[in-house]
Amino acid sequence: MTAHDQQHGHDHDHGHGHDGHHHDPNLAHHFDSLAQQFDSAKLGIWLFLATEILFFGGLFVAYAILRMRHPEIFSYASHYLDTIMGGINTCVLIVSSLTMALAVRCAQTNNRKGLIACLVLTFLGAVGFLVIKYFEYSHKLHDNLVWGPKFYVPPHTVEGQEEAKLLKTAPAAPGAAIVVNDPAPFAIPDLAKKPAVDASAVKSASAGPSGIARASGAPAPAPAAEPAPGPEEEAHPGTHLEDPNMPANTHLFFAIYYAMTGLHGIHVLAGMGILAWLTWRAVRGDFSSKNFTAVDTGGLYWHIVDLIWIFLFPLFYLIH
Amino acid sequence: MAHHSHEHAEAHPEVGHVVPVKYLLGAGLALLVLTIITVATHSVDMGEANLPVALTIAMVKAVIVALIFMHLRWDRPFNLLVLVGSALFVLLMLAFAAMDVHQNEPSMFNGNAPTAESTLMEHAPGAPVAQRRSTNGGAGN
Repeated sequence: MTAHDQQHGHDHDHGHGHDGHHHDPNLAHHFDSLAQQFDSAKLGIWLFLATEILFFGGLFVAYAILRMRHPEIFSYASHYLDTIMGGINTCVLIVSSLTMALAVRCAQTNNRKGLIACLVLTFLGAVGFLVIKYFEYSHKLHDNLVWGPKFYVPPHTVEGQEEAKLLKTAPAAPGAAIVVNDPAPFAIPDLAKKPAVDASAVKSASAGPSGIARASGAPAPAPAAEPAPGPEEEAHPGTHLEDPNMPANTHLFFAIYYAMTGLHGIHVLAGMGILAWLTWRAVRGDFSSKNFTAVDTGGLYWHIVDLIWIFLFPLFYLIH
Repeated sequence: MAHHSHEHAEAHPEVGHVVPVKYLLGAGLALLVLTIITVATHSVDMGEANLPVALTIAMVKAVIVALIFMHLRWDRPFNLLVLVGSALFVLLMLAFAAMDVHQNEPSMFNGNAPTAESTLMEHAPGAPVAQRRSTNGGAGN
């Protein structure tokens, strides 16, 4: 410091005049003190979290409007969600939030091993959450409990799967693509031709499994035409389409369900990336009581992901 | 540990606040207990009260997370203001969006989801609401 400073004394005198002691490697030059640097980082991450709240806020408002207008859809469709799985996921996120808060404490107290352990545990919590969510999603996707017209396609039958495939592959004019096949047993051509005006006319609920076909004027498929169901199909005898109590437009519940939990899931994925990065840096030995801002701010992000799930859980899983 | 003397703090300029472990564990435990409580209240039929009860418990959990896990109890108040402010603006958006929720007549627009009454008209024509609606053609208010 001395020789160098003396050589370039003219240039640096005014800038470093107050800086008698050696410069802290953790302090960026544009900050006066570590405290100021820390407070700036915290304010920055909090402003980002505010945008996250507003981001999810739009979906929460959409949820509220939908539920105010169609309470019957929510109280009915909520029973298709697995409260046990949702509850376990809530606990998983809470515990991972706890380990994240402990990780920040470990970083503040120079406990490198504890920091790495807590970060890894938090990461595993995120993995566990997504694994449970995967089981929930895949079960619903298998049962056609989805958004859009596919909701009204009978699941677990060869016809249903073909219809679903056609829905997926037909790009611009789904009706035209389906004409190639025998349209008689299918209800979806009608729905696909005018989904915008006629979506609410799908009265599958009261009409039973072949209700869509009847609603569209086509003859119901003869039972003999159905292929013999395999053991897997027999395991799911009753689908939502056979439930006479299903209110109209129940698919709307699943639209908002996938939108909100899906966006939350993307945030969990992003959190996993942040946690992996923090773990890597912790192993490298970057963090100490003087330099733990990254752990702290990453932790705040992880807590907001937990915070949002705390509201999503009762709003979707716990509707009486 | 958290409250260094001023001289000490200058010698080792530490920042932030180290939350005691008992606070963190206590908060985690409280959150888990509240989760169990909210699942338990779910199976009790309280009619209209189910939603407010669930949301109140969620709110308490959110406050615990924000104050303890997110350090806001010891943090600069401005960060708390940012959080509360953003939540208030979401509520403001909700309030304005909710004002005309029941002012629309869905049957005027084909394809719009029908109301509970028109659903009942189709699926449970005997229901009192549906009968009232069907007498005025379902198009009135």
